[in-house]
Amino acid sequence: MSFFTRGFEGRRRDDAPEGRLPPGQYLTGGFPVLSAGPTPHTPLEEWTFTVEGGAETARWTWDELRALPSETPTVDIHCVTRWSKLDTVWEGVSVDTLLDAVEHDASYVLAFCDGGYTTNLPLEDVTGGKAWIAYGYDGEPLDPEHGGPARLLVPHLYFWKSAKWVRGLRLLDDDEPGFWESNGYHLRGDPWREQRYWGD
Amino acid sequence: MAEVVDAVAETPRVRTLVLAADGWPGHRAGQHLDVRLTAPDGYQAQRSYSVASPPGEPPAITVERLEDGEVSPFLVDEVRAGDRIEIRGPIGGWFVWEPALGGPLLLVAGGSGVVPLMAMARLRAAARSDVPARLLYSSRSWEDVIYREELGALADGPAGLEVVHTLTRAQPDGWTGYARRVDEALLHEVAWPAESGAQAFVCGPTAFVEAVASGLVALGYPSERVKTERFGATG
Repeated sequence: MSFFTRGFEGRRRDDAPEGRLPPGQYLTGGFPVLSAGPTPHTPLEEWTFTVEGGAETARWTWDELRALPSETPTVDIHCVTRWSKLDTVWEGVSVDTLLDAVEHDASYVLAFCDGGYTTNLPLEDVTGGKAWIAYGYDGEPLDPEHGGPARLLVPHLYFWKSAKWVRGLRLLDDDEPGFWESNGYHLRGDPWREQRYWGD
Repeated sequence: MAEVVDAVAETPRVRTLVLAADGWPGHRAGQHLDVRLTAPDGYQAQRSYSVASPPGEPPAITVERLEDGEVSPFLVDEVRAGDRIEIRGPIGGWFVWEPALGGPLLLVAGGSGVVPLMAMARLRAAARSDVPARLLYSSRSWEDVIYREELGALADGPAGLEVVHTLTRAQPDGWTGYARRVDEALLHEVAWPAESGAQAFVCGPTAFVEAVASGLVALGYPSERVKTERFGATG
């Protein structure tokens, strides 16, 4: 390293277990909130989750979604604004379970949400036990600030991919940039490759 | 790489660093940039800061010292003119305003959340835009008001920025302005009516943004006209 910042020592973060903190991230004990607009409040009786773009459209009411088999993944999460949080405990339905209900040959999905937010993902990033529709956090119902009643949870990608207030997945043949992906952020967002912005 | 060309104390806890960056491509009002600091042993720390200067001027960041922070105390207390820091940006294409987007414009700031909104207010003045614009700015005390004198100057003149302060913890003797937290009732008094088609930009700590954004929605603002940017205590 030829360049260093005059006078900067920094605080060594040796509290992170080896191999758990992607480059450019630091640990936080809190749970910061980032979103682009007001927090939506859709009543549960009006809430549905939709998978569209396959042979037929599949839709679940809140009660139907809650009746599906659930999992309680413990995962590390990494926000593009550089905080990471280890060992977060969620409860939700695996995206595999939902996609199994639909016949399709899509290669990508676009998650869509209350408030108009969208985010795009390759199908392989949301299948194979890597993604959930999460409605519980730390043993409690997911707080609206953090995306409740339900958010997408894709912990191996930067956390903007874990879309809050998610209402469905659109199955697509081609990748289609979502909200942040149209506003300067990387199409895929792998924290281990520091895919933060366009051009990374 | 950027050189710090000026360091301006704004309040006892807040400082503006004016940067000279070769190849800076220009920014829009509301965007941010990433700062990367490197220790002699190669250890690095990176943070994002909103750009305070208007488009067309060199990038400037305004930083508030977080007492348990790693980067902000260094930027507020240690850095001096002539130092070089790595920056990257500008970043973000959502929380931006330019005169062509029209108005009326409602800016709602909590503490150092005023920074990206100041870039918008400065742009509006520099561009001589007559889009009606109002800033509602919540600070702890009069001493904590960032850009206090410049905001006073921006408020002067025929198409001046309307500035409404609220001071939530301490008020100067004789203070006649607001002295409470921003909530729906205060927004009802200060915000443009929803029917005006106003575009709102809200920036501040999470709880502040949450209260303001839901207050505006309760007053009839469509969600897509309430753009938010939040910061936690991220150091």
